[in-house]
Amino acid sequence: MISAHPNRYTSTAIALHWLLALGILGVFSLGLYMADLPFSPQRVKLYNWHKWAGVTLLALSVLRLMWRLTHRPPADAPMPAWQQRAAHLVHRALYLLFFAVPMMGWAYSSAAGFPIVWFGVLPLPDLLPVDKALAEAIKPVHGWLAWALVVIAALHVAAALKHQLIDRDGLIARMWPGRAGA
Amino acid sequence: MRTPTFSTALALAALLAALPVQAQQKLVPAQSEIAFLTRQMGVPVDGRFRRFDAQVTFDPKQLTAARISFTIDLGSATIGTAETEAELLKPDWFDTKKFPQATFTSTAVKQVGAGKLDVTGTLSIKGSSHPVTVPVLLAPSGTFTTATGSFTLKRLDFRIGDGDWKDTSVVANEVQVRFKLTLTGVAGL
Repeated sequence: MISAHPNRYTSTAIALHWLLALGILGVFSLGLYMADLPFSPQRVKLYNWHKWAGVTLLALSVLRLMWRLTHRPPADAPMPAWQQRAAHLVHRALYLLFFAVPMMGWAYSSAAGFPIVWFGVLPLPDLLPVDKALAEAIKPVHGWLAWALVVIAALHVAAALKHQLIDRDGLIARMWPGRAGA
Repeated sequence: MRTPTFSTALALAALLAALPVQAQQKLVPAQSEIAFLTRQMGVPVDGRFRRFDAQVTFDPKQLTAARISFTIDLGSATIGTAETEAELLKPDWFDTKKFPQATFTSTAVKQVGAGKLDVTGTLSIKGSSHPVTVPVLLAPSGTFTTATGSFTLKRLDFRIGDGDWKDTSVVANEVQVRFKLTLTGVAGL
């Protein structure tokens, strides 16, 4: 049973996929919105919520990667080899960015002299010593990587929709929440 | 001739009598520090004041005559980011245009142990005055004497962080003030 490729992702993988999809979209939108706000208690709150959410997504991404490495995903659907390669490349890039984006944000926060205190309770270690110049250099990188994540995720969604609407191969069912065998 | 000589002698005698009490200790600003620490949603944020002065008249043998007073230039606060520093000057925070300085004036100095004092006085910031008691540790260091201590004030008692900033879930009400003052001329420690 385990040696064969299942035809669906595990429930845990599906739950993590959708939870992180919503979480990433939320934290990205929050990041875009808060960046241009004038200095105010509201902005301080939003920045901290963004950091707490980002660290939470990072922790969930660690779980997700561990799950992915220990559970076999479904086999590739029949498709041209270049599409298979592209799909795997996109998945790898997404996983890389799940870590790179929050780590850059965390590093920026550390270098800027504002350590992250998770949910206002748990102080996290600083990734970098306080260095304003370094913080200013990291800040845009965090933004670019976040944009890269969203653009690549959009590619991933576009490909999934192409399978569903054009190829009509039912690929999306592998990751769709609900009962197996749909 | 007689009268001026007499009055000069009298003045001199008065001055001499007053000297032990009025001989002021001097602050060495370069070796002194006044810092503060608060929390922003759990994140420690600390800053310091670059300009302050202290007037200290202090003789360990005559504590009842001791006078300690401070002035702090609130506009000299550094807190790590230019944006926050600019914010601190505004009316919601220190309102430095109307209230450029904070002051502390002692009302009583009590010895509570070897080199340990409790200094009670009035702290005035932004037009509000509140009594505070500050534990101070005195320690000789070469030709100097250092006075160190800390106390916690509630920023809202002084309307520091008014308006939307009153929300203590964003910026904690408690602000810890730490100081290290290096003085010259403290005798008999």
